[in-house]
Amino acid sequence: MSKVITPNQTEAGASDDTRRMLSQAFSVSTLGPLIALLIASAFFAIQSPRFLTGTNLSLVVQQVMVIGTLAIGQTLVILTAGIDLSNGAVMALGTIVMTKFATDYGLNPFAAILAGLIVCALFGALNGTLVTRLGLPPFIVTLGTLNIAFALTHIYSNEQTISDLPAALTFFGNTFKIGETAITYGTILMFVLFFLTWFVLQQTAVGRHIYALGNNPEAARLTGINTRRLLIMVYSVAGLIYGIAGLLLISRTSVGDPQAGQTDNLDSITAVVLGGTSLFGGRGSVLGTLVGALIVGIFRNGLQLMGVKSIFQVLITGVLVILAVSVDQLARRRQK
Amino acid sequence: MFERITSSKEGKGRTRLPLTRRNGTLLLLMAFFCQLGLAACGDNTNTASTGAGAAATTAAGVAAATTAAGAAAPGGTIQIGLITKTDTNPFFVKMKEGAEKEAQAKGAKLLSAAGKFDGDNESQVTAIENMVNAGVKGILITPSNTKAIVPAIQKARDKGVLVIALDTPTDPQEGTDALFATDNKKAGVLIGQYAKAAMAGKPAKIATLDLAPGITVGVLRHDGFLEGYGIKNGDAQIVCSQDTQGDQAKGQTAMENCLQKEPGINLVYTINEPAALGAYTALKAAGKEKDVLIVSVDGGCTGVQGVKDGKIGATSQQYPLKMATAGVDAVVDFAASGKKATGYTDTGVTLITGKPQTGVDAKDIQFGLDNCWGNK
Amino acid sequence: MESPAQIPVLQARGLVKRYGNVTALDGTDFDLLPGEILAVIGDNGAGKSSLIKALSGATIPDEGQIFLDGKQVHFRSPLDARKQGIETVYQDLAVAPALAIADNLFLGRELRRPGVLGSVFRMLDKKRMLTEASSHMQDLKIGIRSMRQAVETLSGGQRQGVAVARSAAFARHVVIMDEPTAALGVKESGMVLDLIRRVREKGLPVILISHNMPHVFEVADRVHIQRLGRRVAVVRPHNFSMSDAVAIMTGAMAGEEVTNN
Repeated sequence: MSKVITPNQTEAGASDDTRRMLSQAFSVSTLGPLIALLIASAFFAIQSPRFLTGTNLSLVVQQVMVIGTLAIGQTLVILTAGIDLSNGAVMALGTIVMTKFATDYGLNPFAAILAGLIVCALFGALNGTLVTRLGLPPFIVTLGTLNIAFALTHIYSNEQTISDLPAALTFFGNTFKIGETAITYGTILMFVLFFLTWFVLQQTAVGRHIYALGNNPEAARLTGINTRRLLIMVYSVAGLIYGIAGLLLISRTSVGDPQAGQTDNLDSITAVVLGGTSLFGGRGSVLGTLVGALIVGIFRNGLQLMGVKSIFQVLITGVLVILAVSVDQLARRRQK
Repeated sequence: MFERITSSKEGKGRTRLPLTRRNGTLLLLMAFFCQLGLAACGDNTNTASTGAGAAATTAAGVAAATTAAGAAAPGGTIQIGLITKTDTNPFFVKMKEGAEKEAQAKGAKLLSAAGKFDGDNESQVTAIENMVNAGVKGILITPSNTKAIVPAIQKARDKGVLVIALDTPTDPQEGTDALFATDNKKAGVLIGQYAKAAMAGKPAKIATLDLAPGITVGVLRHDGFLEGYGIKNGDAQIVCSQDTQGDQAKGQTAMENCLQKEPGINLVYTINEPAALGAYTALKAAGKEKDVLIVSVDGGCTGVQGVKDGKIGATSQQYPLKMATAGVDAVVDFAASGKKATGYTDTGVTLITGKPQTGVDAKDIQFGLDNCWGNK
Repeated sequence: MESPAQIPVLQARGLVKRYGNVTALDGTDFDLLPGEILAVIGDNGAGKSSLIKALSGATIPDEGQIFLDGKQVHFRSPLDARKQGIETVYQDLAVAPALAIADNLFLGRELRRPGVLGSVFRMLDKKRMLTEASSHMQDLKIGIRSMRQAVETLSGGQRQGVAVARSAAFARHVVIMDEPTAALGVKESGMVLDLIRRVREKGLPVILISHNMPHVFEVADRVHIQRLGRRVAVVRPHNFSMSDAVAIMTGAMAGEEVTNN
């Protein structure tokens, strides 16, 4: 009989709970993006003395706030090997509902916000139901709901931008100061959402199920996970998060704008991919998405400070995406 | 029997902290947040030499794109921001060129930005924030969403930045310190008057190819045209109105749809020259191009060529170059004297046509070509 | 006959299953005795998989009865069967390759932290899952060092080991294995057969479905031969020849119910 190592030996060094938790938080796939983020920051800091100021960095985070939040929902969907093209449009619809309810119908701002969140969550549920019940590819389903949400937004708002909003609606745009720097509540909310999502994905059974669902849906089903219900739940929660992104958008621009969010779906996917999450599902981390969103934000901000034409920002983002995916693939191959 | 199969790298060298991928990530992340933390506590001016910066720039391959003249020294040079709706419309390209030239002439630095699409409010908000943070003295902006941009502009103005709207007023117009724009109403009136004279009393079946609902520029030109023609909205002579978003392909579709509805259209008002050219294509395909008068606004070189070729009857020429240079000058003045530009400054509009009509002031095609914007 | 009549752990009588015009099971019987490895063999179309599906809850038979430990049971779903203590190791293993071994072992049955952290915050007890996973693997003498490794980094035989360990860990009555050596080479097949013996040693009877005669004859205590939707014979490998078994399977030789000898 061959001798086998006892369990104690293998887990000897891992007895420190916090260290293991932190180390699990930043998996392999997040390392690359993080390095890229640091290099980019260093580069821009050299280029412009204003880059590394508290005010500027706070601005970057604010500018990333909406896409970053959308990307949280997108991460959840992509982890299940799906994709959500409708998130920008659903968010825009949510903002119109929230602002119209609060101004035109004079509803209590909190009720208006709740209404908007519910509408967005329902759209998410619609996506999830169509994917599970009809078995259609998420790409197709969300392409359809994208157009529906877009049209509804324009019809319902009648192309009007809604302004003069009650203060409660733009609360998350308010700031508090740390030293010299003004920090908006909205960015705090975004970080909180990232933490909560990280927690659910890494520290709870539901998180494990989501990864399993994306990695091998048949296996998930056979081990007794209710994959249909889980998938609908993921899309619905994602929808809710898009609604929160809408609230953050309102707080940033102080208006309800039916034209908003048109390219945000692709931007959120960019953040997710740059963060190392695989489009095939089952792999990646939501903290990677945070890094990815920050990379996009820092590039945009840094290049603008340098005076670079905005069209080049688009070019550079494209190059980054390809680099990110290639690096991830190479690392994965080497690992095997 | 199973042999011991070990494939894990863990468990080696447990006495010292191994630089595994996970630990490395942790350290890097801590470094990042330390950096952020230090920055938050105070202004962290990075005085790395510009030599290193230049080398890094070429290494990153973005050398071609900077509009800055020389090293960035916010202490000395005035910085001016220009935010256009998009990067791609030749109207804005011309505006930007003009602004750059004037800024250079006056020894100022121009920072520019644009939205991703016509109507992209968020990008313009971001641009305002970044420019204010970069220390601009004034911002020139063609607002994509005239209402939605106002709060962001207000925040900039509260910080003492001069904000001037170019070409399109905000809603309300007082949302910016000043407005340098074409009198879009007058632009419409001129072509309306021209059309009335050119039609010489013939009963008209009018199609209006407009911009998009609720956008002031489109409304002003449309209403101006009707006023110049002498009718009101809802007049029976207006047989079709379609939106084109100022796009050539959409203009063509709009014209086709209008012709389907009313084949006898003989006068077409168009919001701009791309829409006009699109309409012409549709009319030509239907064999009606000789029977219909198209009038437009813009005065871009392609459009004036269209007038020369007989596709467009007359166009109201506007001067984005003037808007840009006047804007730059205003900011420079503000920086020097502290005096803010205010109110509305008409940057001029001229009727260009190859077939002048009595009673309507116009300039000829050569004038149009000499003063047009865009690619000649 | 050496031992007194044992109550079969899993038993079926007169199972019938039709798919349209095709009769997959035509009154099949089935007996699984305690502590044995029972192989189920049969040609394509014999009703092997339908039988196993009925026993594991994946399909509901049209007629017939199934008894678990002497009591009649009705399985509405595989989950039902699992709850009653019947675990299946599927042919494609049903593991999530990107996830760790411990994660896969506890997939769908994760352990939570004690107290508030577990009940309110639903936090996973990762440490406990790692240690328990280790001990389950150790029970079956599978020598993989870290339970944190992703399953995709393992060889075919090791992955099989993970799937088997999962079933063995949670099974209370029966472990069903569907073609466990089909995708493996000689050496790894040998390891898996050892694994199957160790599961038996743990006290769990194993139902083994396989096309591989040598493997069947090497490891099984009894062999259930299925043909044309019925059980046609049960033989003991140590006093029955492989070629005869194949002959019964294909119908070249008539089968006789050989229950105990």
